[in-house]
Amino acid sequence: MSSNKGIWKIIAASSVGTLIEWYDFYIFGSLAIIISEKFFPSENPTTAFLATLATFAAGFIVRPFGALFFGRLGDLIGRKHTFLLTLIIMGGGTFLIGCIPSYQSFHLAPYVILLLRLLQGLALGGEYGGAATYVAEHAPAHKRGYYTSWIQTTATLGLFISLIVIITIQSSLSKEAFNNWGWRLPFLLSIILVIVSIIIRMKMSESPLFAKLKTEGKISKNPLKESFGKKQNLKMVLLALFGATMGQGVVWYTSQFYTQTFLLKTCGLDSTQTNTWLGIALLIATPFFIFFGWLSDKTGRKIIMMSGLLLAIIFYRPIFSALYDLTNIKNKQEISSVIDVKKIIHPSIAHDSLIIKTTQVVYNDNSKMIVEEKYTESVVKAGNNKPQEFKKIVTLSNAYKWKIIGLIFILVLFVTMVYGPIAAFLVELFPTKIRYTSMSLPYHIGNGVFGGLVPFTVTLISTMPGSNYLSGLWYPIGVAIICFIIGILYLSNKNNELSEEENFSNN
Amino acid sequence: MYVIKKYLGIIWMLLAVVTIVLLVYAALTNISSEGKTDIHNPLPWIIIITIYTPIAFGLAIFGYYAFKEEYT
Repeated sequence: MSSNKGIWKIIAASSVGTLIEWYDFYIFGSLAIIISEKFFPSENPTTAFLATLATFAAGFIVRPFGALFFGRLGDLIGRKHTFLLTLIIMGGGTFLIGCIPSYQSFHLAPYVILLLRLLQGLALGGEYGGAATYVAEHAPAHKRGYYTSWIQTTATLGLFISLIVIITIQSSLSKEAFNNWGWRLPFLLSIILVIVSIIIRMKMSESPLFAKLKTEGKISKNPLKESFGKKQNLKMVLLALFGATMGQGVVWYTSQFYTQTFLLKTCGLDSTQTNTWLGIALLIATPFFIFFGWLSDKTGRKIIMMSGLLLAIIFYRPIFSALYDLTNIKNKQEISSVIDVKKIIHPSIAHDSLIIKTTQVVYNDNSKMIVEEKYTESVVKAGNNKPQEFKKIVTLSNAYKWKIIGLIFILVLFVTMVYGPIAAFLVELFPTKIRYTSMSLPYHIGNGVFGGLVPFTVTLISTMPGSNYLSGLWYPIGVAIICFIIGILYLSNKNNELSEEENFSNN
Repeated sequence: MYVIKKYLGIIWMLLAVVTIVLLVYAALTNISSEGKTDIHNPLPWIIIITIYTPIAFGLAIFGYYAFKEEYT
């Protein structure tokens, strides 16, 4: 095991690289609307097809495939070189996305962007397992949860930093400049961080447990076959997926991402307010990843992860309902409203002039709402008063700030409970020679597939008869319930030693 | 507890089958050329069903192992 000073270097080098990979992966998602405008014009069916492929294939297919590909590599050639490679692929892919000319001047751009996005998914699939395994294999058994929990903070901090970088660049540039070229800066900036991280990682040595196996000639000859072809290991892979990562994935995605979508789309909250308050809640909650990782060394991993799942199951609906009520203008008293109507005359078709009706309402608690309705004159003249475009933006008064942040914080706290101890839990389930392969797949299926399916399923459920604004939550709640039952019944609360060979125990 | 763990194995196997049947049914019900959202587009459904089929198969194997008392 490494000295106290050495372990912090290892944690820092591993965490910074993983943080950058998460940042790279998120900025594509956060800038999806601009990327779509620049590279995937919706009027072109081929580019629309490629856009859908980029959204779904990167998370659903390529991430688990990356877990298998790089997991195998990590168990064959070592952890250090493998997660160095994933960092280079992710950093290179992200930088190139920032360099590709738009579809207007380069018609192959959608294909190149799709390829780069798939490379990002592939690299992310290989990164996490490597970083978690590398840190765990350096850590003493009684501090494994604590040390690996630093890796667990990176997914949330990556999201936080991506939001900060985008908000900072957006506020420093005009809207036009940001749309023209400023959106490329978060992608280009990544290369500096990646180079620094590569230099740090190159100076690191191989994991001591893997190096020992290699010296003794005991490394696996076929990690995929040993991981998934041997019943003794396969049953633990399945248990890790259905008893832990599946539930963790939906809780993680719902609390961090669905909350943002819910506030923006369902509640109509102003985007700057949403992102700022979400960012504050993420920042306040982040130390709890480390706290619960540390606690799992004392109490066992299972009890903390299952408690997080149970709390999410019980409190998701009340918390989202409270968020909805706080932002609902029907619960507020209107004190003034100003209506402004603008008519933009079409240069050639007189009856197609655009009418924009903007209503600004102020409420008794100082909250404001702006409703923008767009009509074309020809439609109004035909007797149809339904707007073709309707946009409602609610800006809450500062009195709500800490109430909303508090509710988001509780949601993210559930994530810290299920996610903080999970790296230590996963590495302890599998033997050194196939650890990278065996832990990466259930992690990325849990997060990429079960978690990544949250927005799609929410839309699906919302189309069902009798559904309301909370109905979409039945998907994460349902998955979390199944995972909770499996986890409670079949998982062990005993923290295992890291073994060279199979050393499985459940109850 | 052992008995519950064993017989829940049957539930996990059934759940695997039900999940795939529901997914295919939902895909056939929602795919439409008139809709504009992802749930009306066949491509996401193809990707989701393709990736979920081996996962459901894995759940069935998990149920089988549970029934065979591999987790006791």
